Amino acid sequence: MSFSNDSLHFQYVVSKDDFTHAGSASSDVKNKLKKMNVDAAAVRKVSIAMYEGEINMIIHAYGGTIDVDIYEDRIVMCLKDTGPGIANIEEAMQEGFSTAPADVINLGFGAGMGLPNMRSNSDEFNIESEVGVGTTVTMTIYFNPA
Amino acid sequence: MAEKQQFFHSVYLDKDKCKGCITCIKTCPTQAIRVRNGKAHIIKEFCIDCGECIRHCPHYAKQASFDHMEALDQYKYKVALPPPSLYGQFNHLDDINIILTALTMIGFDDVFEVGAAAELVSDATRKYIAEHEEPRILISTACPTVTRLIRIRFPELLDNLLPLKPPVEVAAELARKRAVEKTGYRPEEIGIAFISPCPSKVTAVQDPLGIPSSAVDVVLATKEIYPLMLSAMKQARNNPLEYCLSGKIGVGWGLTGGEAAGILLDNYIAADGIENVVRVLEDLEDEKFQMDIRFVELNACPGGCVGGVLNVENPFAASSKLKHLKKYLPVALSHPEDFPHKTGMDLTEEIAYEPVYMLGKSMLESINNMVKLEKLMRVLPGLDCGGCGAPTCKALAEDHIRGKGDVHSCTELLRRYYLYGEDAFEALEEENAL
Repeated sequence: MSFSNDSLHFQYVVSKDDFTHAGSASSDVKNKLKKMNVDAAAVRKVSIAMYEGEINMIIHAYGGTIDVDIYEDRIVMCLKDTGPGIANIEEAMQEGFSTAPADVINLGFGAGMGLPNMRSNSDEFNIESEVGVGTTVTMTIYFNPA
Repeated sequence: MAEKQQFFHSVYLDKDKCKGCITCIKTCPTQAIRVRNGKAHIIKEFCIDCGECIRHCPHYAKQASFDHMEALDQYKYKVALPPPSLYGQFNHLDDINIILTALTMIGFDDVFEVGAAAELVSDATRKYIAEHEEPRILISTACPTVTRLIRIRFPELLDNLLPLKPPVEVAAELARKRAVEKTGYRPEEIGIAFISPCPSKVTAVQDPLGIPSSAVDVVLATKEIYPLMLSAMKQARNNPLEYCLSGKIGVGWGLTGGEAAGILLDNYIAADGIENVVRVLEDLEDEKFQMDIRFVELNACPGGCVGGVLNVENPFAASSKLKHLKKYLPVALSHPEDFPHKTGMDLTEEIAYEPVYMLGKSMLESINNMVKLEKLMRVLPGLDCGGCGAPTCKALAEDHIRGKGDVHSCTELLRRYYLYGEDAFEALEEENAL
């Protein structure tokens, strides 16, 4: 954790195939926001968007980091993995499009809703990817004024 | 009818018995207890009256307040409201009427089963589900501890609460109307006494959620009525009167899954035990259930209401006995058309979020305090030993920030200072983080 005068920064390391800890980073952020005068609707959007991103990093990517910045009016989540990268982003953003392997589908994941859910729960959403290098997703969610 | 008291709690500490150990602070699901000056104090804003501290205290220092039989003396006509869990307390029983008859022999003029009212609530729930086809998952409001937990920890789920009164309230209202008609007394001359399996329902009468006031006048404890009933039951066995108005559904409400079974759908989840309840609520909040669910029944006690801490019998034995008792009963014995008196089933007041865990009054203050919290957490040892009187290092750090505790009370850091001369707080003081 680091901080400046007006924001908080947390970094979470997500390891590949670590299913048993899947969702622990988003759960931690959720529990922090709940203690921080953030409206319940925003907390819900953050926890869903970040959970989906975290799961994606475990299922599809070789792991990576999630940087979370909390400001007075918004939260910015930057999910950065180290590959394999997405060849066709447009296709990957479609609801129901999935490349998840069978063992993951058996766990209830891989319905092809991860990226679409991340986008629909974010106020600002950006995805950049390069095959062989990795994918970076940045999501911003604004808090409703009290 | 009972005057509404905010922040009332049935659970309390018997200071003379408390040894100041850390058993209760570690078992409290909402981290509502701190040992201060050698005694376990309850933080009233956090307590949800689940009774876990009563269940676990090795010195019987955590107790529940409830009314006694004398509280009924002021009433001209006394009606007992026995819950289904009461039926599971007795041995060698195959007729619920024996229990109900025994109640009329220990000082009550009449009985009205909570199980009968539960069947009406089940009926109203089925209608509510049929009339509301939106995909919103409904969470039962029958266990007051669960409703209180949602109110302080899961604000986003408040909209999912089933907006119907718990069976005990419906029973109390119908029992009073029936008694007024039968006796000609005024409503306030009728004393309605609920025989509670848990402290949570004592609190729900004093400080109800979703309704302005409770219709119950007196809340007795199952464990206090039980010995009175034992001798009466010997006589009642010879000539039981026909009081029983609850069938399989009504009696089943005393067990986990019973309320859910009463909605006659199979897409439900039923969970019991406060830790499991928290897990289900967290997953509901995160929309993690990738399945078709319409109803969620949650009971804070293991096994359902038979697991309440004011009961006498082992919850699993009571559960087995209830299953035996309901085996040959009709599916339901109480239907709305059977009751000449009607009562409103809907909750009439909003159940509002109580943000008791907030770290600041504004977002900026929260951010500053969260920074402070993280700094404190780096210094605290993370043993969660409870030596300071708080259940975890984080709870101590949050207490410190709220001005309700002091990180200098950490016994492990004190030990390190004493043995090795390490002063963990020095850096924090320099940073002005204390």
